[in-house]
Amino acid sequence: MTVFEPRIVGFLCGWCAYEGADAAGRARKTYPAHLRIVRVLCSGRVDPQFVLEAFRQGADGVMILGCHPGECHYKEGNLQALKMTAILKKLLGQCGIQEERLRLDWVAAGEYGKLVKIVGEMVEKVKSLGPLRLREDGGGINSALTRH
Amino acid sequence: MSDLSQLKTLSRGKKPKIALCWCSSCGGCEESVFDLAEELVDIMAVTDIVFWPAALDAKYQDVAALADGEITATLVNGAIRMEHQEEMARLLRRKSQWLIAHGACAHLGGVVGLANFHGSADLLNRAYQEIPTVHHPAGICPFGEAPDGAGQVGKRGFYETVLPLNRMVAVDFYIPGCPPPPELVKEGLMMVLEQRLPPAGTILGKRQALCQSCPRRGSLPETLRLKEFSRMHQVTWDAAACFLAQGIICLGPATRGGCQARCLQGNMPCRGCFGPLDLVRDQGAKSLSFLASLADSADPEDLQRFADSIPDPGGLFYQFSLAASLLKGKADDQKNNH
Repeated sequence: MTVFEPRIVGFLCGWCAYEGADAAGRARKTYPAHLRIVRVLCSGRVDPQFVLEAFRQGADGVMILGCHPGECHYKEGNLQALKMTAILKKLLGQCGIQEERLRLDWVAAGEYGKLVKIVGEMVEKVKSLGPLRLREDGGGINSALTRH
Repeated sequence: MSDLSQLKTLSRGKKPKIALCWCSSCGGCEESVFDLAEELVDIMAVTDIVFWPAALDAKYQDVAALADGEITATLVNGAIRMEHQEEMARLLRRKSQWLIAHGACAHLGGVVGLANFHGSADLLNRAYQEIPTVHHPAGICPFGEAPDGAGQVGKRGFYETVLPLNRMVAVDFYIPGCPPPPELVKEGLMMVLEQRLPPAGTILGKRQALCQSCPRRGSLPETLRLKEFSRMHQVTWDAAACFLAQGIICLGPATRGGCQARCLQGNMPCRGCFGPLDLVRDQGAKSLSFLASLADSADPEDLQRFADSIPDPGGLFYQFSLAASLLKGKADDQKNNH
């Protein structure tokens, strides 16, 4: 049996968490290669469609990493991400996707230690949850769709 | 009908053939055609309706006997859930020059698409076993295996997932709504009859959100912040004011306009039946996004209360579009709990 290596998509704020990931590199710290980073201008820019699209394209987990509350470059974009995530997690639960597959957290530009830690935690969490399989256009009983 | 004279000129040659078909839907879209009333008579005078199960006695074979492309336009309402619906959709696609998705179910999966929150086995079990008013000791399900091993009970397939029409066949344009307003159905038919067809993939209705044409628009404040949402039975509402301003969820900001704000005029908030605006991939995500932005506090407790005041986000945000959404419904539980 092959080992499950999850795919994690990370939306990282360019003002803080993305810099944090850069800092981790400069400090020769490693974090799991399961994380595929998408740099965004602000965590508040992360539309719930981005998260759902990431899951649809094969992500097993999604991280949104923004600035600590009070430190947003655009004043409250990160709080917007927080509000959006609160409802999105509820929606994901209804769609059979465990809430832990979406993680919102705060990482300052210098906090590469925290970045390394939480990415590691996320990978372990998603490994324990296993691969995510979404609903596909498939047939059911007697289905012509499943036959071909 | 004001445009009838023009129609008569058009029909001087051969009458265009029209078909209407009903897949997985409630029949409300058929009503939207009958609601054309006298105008329907005018339309029937200048067209040749070759197939319309709700009104005419034409059969599958009658359609199959036509040449490919012989039908000028077919209106299909309803989502695709059953094998025979797929068969009809494919047949009508082949026989028609223009295939029009008629109503929210054909357009986005509609209310019937909410079935995608469940597996097909659960749905059948619920319908034929668990419903309290069902007494059915033999436990025979009309789909799948017979309980005594006698083979297949039903001939026709019941699909695991409800699909909007365009995931089965190519659709030329869409008449949105649950049901579509008769005016929009007429507009769709006139487009066909006058041969002024819109670009492929066009969704009739407006390209702006419902709010833009809402009669209550004047009472929407510049900035809106809410501690929580109320449901209609919990508050005394002002029948002339914006629902959102009163703390009642209305999906107008994330919904295509063009419905003449029928629900709003009947004092009901918008539930999104016209679907998302152009360039929006997932209507529910957009509804979620704008509603979340109304929360007035990011304090965890306040936010929890805010989220709790939307008891069924999935059913609300995707009331008409779950089958067309990015997630398409509930993920496969059995596969996820391996």
